[in-house]
Amino acid sequence: MLRFALKRLGSLVISLIVASLVIFSCIEVVPGDPASFMLGINAQPDTIAALREELGLNSSLPERYFSWISGMLTGDLGTSYTYRSPVSEIVAERLVISLPLATYALSLTVLIAFPVGVLAATRRGSVADISVMGATQLGVAIPNFWFAMLMVLVFAINLRWFSAGGFPGWDAGFFAAMKALTLPAIALALPQASILARVMRSSLLDTLSEDYIRTARAKGLSKRQALWRHALRNALIPVLTIIGLQFSFLLAGAIIIENVFFLPGLGRLVFQAISQRDLIVVESVVMLLVFAVIVVNFLVDLAYAWVDPRLRSRV
Amino acid sequence: MSLLSIRNLNLSIHGTPILSGVSFDIAPGEILGVIGESGSGKSLTAFSVMQLLPDGSDCTGEIALADRQVLTANEPELCQMRGADLGMVFQEPMTALNPVQTIGAQVAETILIHQKVSRAEAMRRAAETLERCELPQDQFPLTRYPHELSGGQRQRVVIAMAIALQPKLLIADEPTTALDVTTQADILNLLKRLVDEDDMGLMLISHDLAVVTGLADRVVIIRKGQVVETGIAATLHQTMTHPYTKALFKASNHQPDRTETRIDAPLLQLTDVSRDYLLPRKAFFGPHPTFRAVDTVSFQIRRGECLGLVGESGCGKSTLTRAILGLEPIQRGQILLDGRDVFTDPDVRQKMQVVFQDPFGSFNPRHKVSRLVAEPFHRLGRGATLSEIDEALQSVGLETDDKHKYIHEFSGGQRQRIAIARALITKPELIVLDEAVSALDVSVRAQILDLLVDLSARFGLTYLFITHDLTVVRAIADRILVMQSGKIVETGDTDTLFNAPRETYTRRLLAAAPKLPA
Amino acid sequence: MTDTIFSTAFRSRNIVLGVSLTAIFALASLVSLIWTPYDVTQFEIANKLQTPSATHWFGTDHFGRDILSMIMVGAQTSIAVAIVAVVIGMGLGVPLGLAAAARCGSLLDEIIMRGNDLVFAFPSLLIAIMITAVFGPSALNAIIAIGIFNIPVFARLTRGAALSLWTRDYILSARVSGKGATRISIEHILPNVMNLLIVQGTIQFSLGILAEAALSYVGLGVQPPTPSWGRMLADSQTLISLAPHMALFPGFAIILTVLGLNLAGDGLRDLLDPRLRRVGR
Repeated sequence: MLRFALKRLGSLVISLIVASLVIFSCIEVVPGDPASFMLGINAQPDTIAALREELGLNSSLPERYFSWISGMLTGDLGTSYTYRSPVSEIVAERLVISLPLATYALSLTVLIAFPVGVLAATRRGSVADISVMGATQLGVAIPNFWFAMLMVLVFAINLRWFSAGGFPGWDAGFFAAMKALTLPAIALALPQASILARVMRSSLLDTLSEDYIRTARAKGLSKRQALWRHALRNALIPVLTIIGLQFSFLLAGAIIIENVFFLPGLGRLVFQAISQRDLIVVESVVMLLVFAVIVVNFLVDLAYAWVDPRLRSRV
Repeated sequence: MSLLSIRNLNLSIHGTPILSGVSFDIAPGEILGVIGESGSGKSLTAFSVMQLLPDGSDCTGEIALADRQVLTANEPELCQMRGADLGMVFQEPMTALNPVQTIGAQVAETILIHQKVSRAEAMRRAAETLERCELPQDQFPLTRYPHELSGGQRQRVVIAMAIALQPKLLIADEPTTALDVTTQADILNLLKRLVDEDDMGLMLISHDLAVVTGLADRVVIIRKGQVVETGIAATLHQTMTHPYTKALFKASNHQPDRTETRIDAPLLQLTDVSRDYLLPRKAFFGPHPTFRAVDTVSFQIRRGECLGLVGESGCGKSTLTRAILGLEPIQRGQILLDGRDVFTDPDVRQKMQVVFQDPFGSFNPRHKVSRLVAEPFHRLGRGATLSEIDEALQSVGLETDDKHKYIHEFSGGQRQRIAIARALITKPELIVLDEAVSALDVSVRAQILDLLVDLSARFGLTYLFITHDLTVVRAIADRILVMQSGKIVETGDTDTLFNAPRETYTRRLLAAAPKLPA
Repeated sequence: MTDTIFSTAFRSRNIVLGVSLTAIFALASLVSLIWTPYDVTQFEIANKLQTPSATHWFGTDHFGRDILSMIMVGAQTSIAVAIVAVVIGMGLGVPLGLAAAARCGSLLDEIIMRGNDLVFAFPSLLIAIMITAVFGPSALNAIIAIGIFNIPVFARLTRGAALSLWTRDYILSARVSGKGATRISIEHILPNVMNLLIVQGTIQFSLGILAEAALSYVGLGVQPPTPSWGRMLADSQTLISLAPHMALFPGFAIILTVLGLNLAGDGLRDLLDPRLRRVGR
């Protein structure tokens, strides 16, 4: 198990290095001179020179890459050109919204998808199964931001149960903050939960047709017991893969959903940074998001090994 | 009084009749062999007794297990009977166990489901049961996972699960078909011992007459869902009356008429051939450990000869086959076909062709037979002419019109004929037959063996016949090589080798092979 | 054979419904190339924010443009972006997957698979953000971002399916006949993974439509004045309590197209998967 974890950790580090190189070259190499790009066409040469100095653009590319990476590792993400404050501080302010939102949405996804998927699989062909399949088919097709707008219309504007957007801050109390995140989390979770419930159902049905389920039934287990004791854990293996993938979709989705609800999270930060051509912020936020995706996939790999003993022994 | 009594059992699935009017009994302590070819309904008879039938099944008649009616029992009653009164062992040990649970937990589950005992107590009894099934705890502790065991060992775990509560009746559905011949003998002995010790009834289902008649007290022959003959196992070959039973015995012992066609000139020569596989590194920068799958093998095949290569799974015979065909590199030695090296002179490979085991996986399902059969012409750099395709199909007993069909329109035996036609079409000198008749029913197998012998005489073909089945190889080969752990351990003319084996391993193989009473 | 496929297809309601929905939107986008009920480039402020009526079936937007006409023109954008993205994904992903499977375990395979993992760490939105940050927003941007993300999807699928085919005996006999890896991949592997690719293609097509809508909604995709479903939704957001029809109709257009494609994809899978097809054997 330890060998497996270490090996995965090794590939995690390699992925991070390659990803950082990709981001670095996209943002700092492709545009030519980032300083004149950030300042626009009408900038004075001396302003550009000053910014080049500030950003350390006069040193060589490898030097710049390593200083960016070592900054990242020590928590120094540079200084935002537009906000005139350390990027790490701005990002930290935004992260306390985006991270809880993604986690909230992921928990909702799993909490909805598992029971629904199991129900549909156990009652295959029943009214419950058919309605679940229909509802999830629809859920997959609905754009989350459109669903979010409808929820605002219904629950915030008409029913006034929730506020239409904004975030009171965690200082306003845990429940007030969570309440502000509830509609966004539901909007994010519903399409993903639809996908996951379908995967759960089909994976469970596949597992139920395996030989070892027949063996379990021959021992005297009822259908239900065979499902809970033998099928569920095996069915989790493909479900875990999807959960890992979904996390990256939730992060990306969160960026969009934050726009619908005017949540001051990473998403809004990124769009502001793009419109102000603040490459430093864009670079750091993208790297942070990619980091999160890679780490989550590493955790999914570990969960795999926990579920499947065959992986633990094969290194 | 009988333990299991089946009366007039009818079964249909989605309206298709599977079984009709099946009746037989099993007494306590009796072994009943149920024999039939694929699709005869023999396995579904077993699943009817267990009431583990696919959806859409309709089962009528009477099944009584020690006076309890099975067909009228409700699901909770059936769950009580399964595992406690009725145990079952399946054909495919590789998939019959849950891969994510330890073997101990899976055996203990049988006990925990039916009896109110503590988990520790159930585990203790699971360990005992595994010991009874010859899996000693010091080598196979309860904490092992299925993937850490071989096929034979897994089958022992499945048996342990089935007999943990000492059921009255054990059903074994082709329990040894997926296993090697020596493992098969061990498992059959184990079943016999358990039946004797616990005074269980055993329903042993198999396609293999020899396996069943060697172990069973009585035999039931099923054909197309009907019982055609019942008899005492030991004397069935004398008392049988139904033509199907007679045909089955004849096909199982089938001996094609062969004429000596060997010429004393070598066609294929192997000298000190070795094949090593790289295994994953143990340490990050350490050297790759290697596994020698084929170990300094030397032999030759003479023109017109049929050479049998016999060995159990994992002995290296498949690797060797691929090396001969030039599909796998060898690390040492030389393979010469007609005096030319198959690796440095690939053109010589047009003199050999191959027929594989699986009649279903051997053909691209999207091509028509005419295209499938013509594929070997690729090496000759031209397509096949229509007359060449027709000739190849006719020589294996198929119609010329068959070339317009797709492969799914043919039965297993017909597909194997098409595979032979594909091998023949470029008029090669050597045909490698890799378990070519192993997946076929005995009657079809007999026809294909006849065809092979006939073709060999007509076209002067040389065969390398690779198989795990000693009966088949005895029927067709002039000379036999026995392979074990990558090495050739014994070589000899067929009769000499069967009558006077020299090596211990050969003797073990021959002793383990089930034999029909002559 | 062909008969059974078509008769089963007709019996499967999913596929009929799915194909019809998809056809309606494909047709609408084609018709809009030559004719729309109203000119979508013409502002008629006097007619702004009209609710659905006989003259404007889906109402008008805040500039008085006909929403039905805009949805028809928007269908062009959605369908074009999603199709080109699928073509990019298939065109690069399938050969990569075939190559990785043909050389399974080699350095090439390792590089392709690790490369795939890496792309999976960049959801298409992040790719779009990076491209936009440097080159500014455009429809091309959306195509590239979605297309890049499609590559590993097809590469993985192709590799996985091809790997299991490579173990078949018919591949071995093709090799015995002297055929090389490229020829076998094209002649034996590709036709047998085609079914899977078609099904995945429809799914990626529908995901592409969703992704394009999202990118245009946040302003990273198609730029005004080109109508696109995502942009229409973005415009409707501030007016949602005043003119909900502005949000509803483009939303329905997206949902119905995606639903149609998904239903068609599921139906195709059932139809083409021999394990699921009920044939009288």
